[in-house]
Amino acid sequence: MYQTTNTRIIVPEFDVRQPTSLEAVLRELEHNAKGTRLLAGGTDLLVQIKLERTQPARLIDITRVPELMGMAVKDGMLIVGAATSIRTLANGVGVRERYTALAESCDAFSTVPVMIMGTIGGNLCNASPAADTAPALFAFDGAVELASCEGSRRTVPLDEFFVGPGRTVMREDEVMVAVRLPKTAAGTGSAFVKIGRVAADISKVSAAVKLVRKDDRVSECRIAVGAVAATPMRAYTAEQYLAGRRIDAKTLADAARAVEEDVKPITDVRSTKEYRTHVAGVAVKDALGAAWQRARGGERQ
Amino acid sequence: MREKAIVFEVNERQHCTTIPSHRTLLEVLRALGYVDVKCGCEKGDCGACAVLVDGEAIDSCLTLAWTVEGRAITTVAGLGNSNNPHPLQAAFARNGAIQCGFCTPGVIIASESLLRKTPNPSDDEIRFALSGNLCRCTGYTKIFEAVREMVLTRSGGVLR
Repeated sequence: MYQTTNTRIIVPEFDVRQPTSLEAVLRELEHNAKGTRLLAGGTDLLVQIKLERTQPARLIDITRVPELMGMAVKDGMLIVGAATSIRTLANGVGVRERYTALAESCDAFSTVPVMIMGTIGGNLCNASPAADTAPALFAFDGAVELASCEGSRRTVPLDEFFVGPGRTVMREDEVMVAVRLPKTAAGTGSAFVKIGRVAADISKVSAAVKLVRKDDRVSECRIAVGAVAATPMRAYTAEQYLAGRRIDAKTLADAARAVEEDVKPITDVRSTKEYRTHVAGVAVKDALGAAWQRARGGERQ
Repeated sequence: MREKAIVFEVNERQHCTTIPSHRTLLEVLRALGYVDVKCGCEKGDCGACAVLVDGEAIDSCLTLAWTVEGRAITTVAGLGNSNNPHPLQAAFARNGAIQCGFCTPGVIIASESLLRKTPNPSDDEIRFALSGNLCRCTGYTKIFEAVREMVLTRSGGVLR
């Protein structure tokens, strides 16, 4: 049985577990964290296994763990379970209104089946420099909550989470439990822009902006870009420049130039270094313009 | 455990089977005789292998079969057959939204997944829902028209 003629087959078998509580997941990791991979949506992990880029000895399916699923607001903070699907997140109550850039980054997430399968925690733990949701989560000062089998919990701000392509500060014995997003202030506007060949592609460049508009000036601003460095990154120079200024043609151009100077893209199959550098500025400019308009007090924040 | 005994449902028929840990849902479904699920790119790009799991379209090539324990799967043959076609299948036939037919099972599954969640989708919503399905006979226009006709018929001719 199961003789196949397909070309991308998974050769080695592995041990599998399907725990139904966070405690059980941690217990599994306690016994044998080495070579174990957590399986959520599988949209990245299965491709990596098929291409033999990773050969796990054991897979733990975490999609049956209630503690890792769903969303809640606690003390004004939005808490998203790590195994919540991208589509569930995008359609979450209040997400589109309060965290517009995040909803837009979910909309830009590959194809519909991948949005249904893929999870927010998986997108972050996979640690692609082009991860669609990462810039938006940076922009909202997101943090991730990690649990380890020793019982310790730690919260890591997202801009300290990524270390390099495919690498994060997470240890092998840790599980991402949730993503936490602080409450957005009055007068907040945000936007996400993705540049790719076609919509379903991995981005060449992505940008997310969140700003707070007060007395027709930028009182606070976060700018993050993806696919233009070894990890998704904040564009600090442009953020500092814009604080206290109005958004107009000149400040947009100056901010774009600052972004171009901060990014460190590479040339790869999807795009060149030069293109990415220039378009990172353009994408930030577009996102800033949209966020500024939205912050005017429309229904989206 | 390098294999897992699971119970799951395909087109309202129950299956109890032991599945090696590395087999994808695509491989298992085809081995069980559900060859209306097509094997295309095998990495989540083409949508030919799409099936409904608890009513939502997923790529069966990126799903390990043991993870569907307890779930209800619907393939395109589970929606209807030539004697008793599903309205979507009839709309595809009427509109000539089919050439070689290889992408069709996945396209109809993607359309059904959309219509179950969004009974009256806009044109953009239809296009977006079908963005995960590749058709190499360049049949996208007819496919779009078939889904649109189905929506129109259902909503009594009112387009959003």
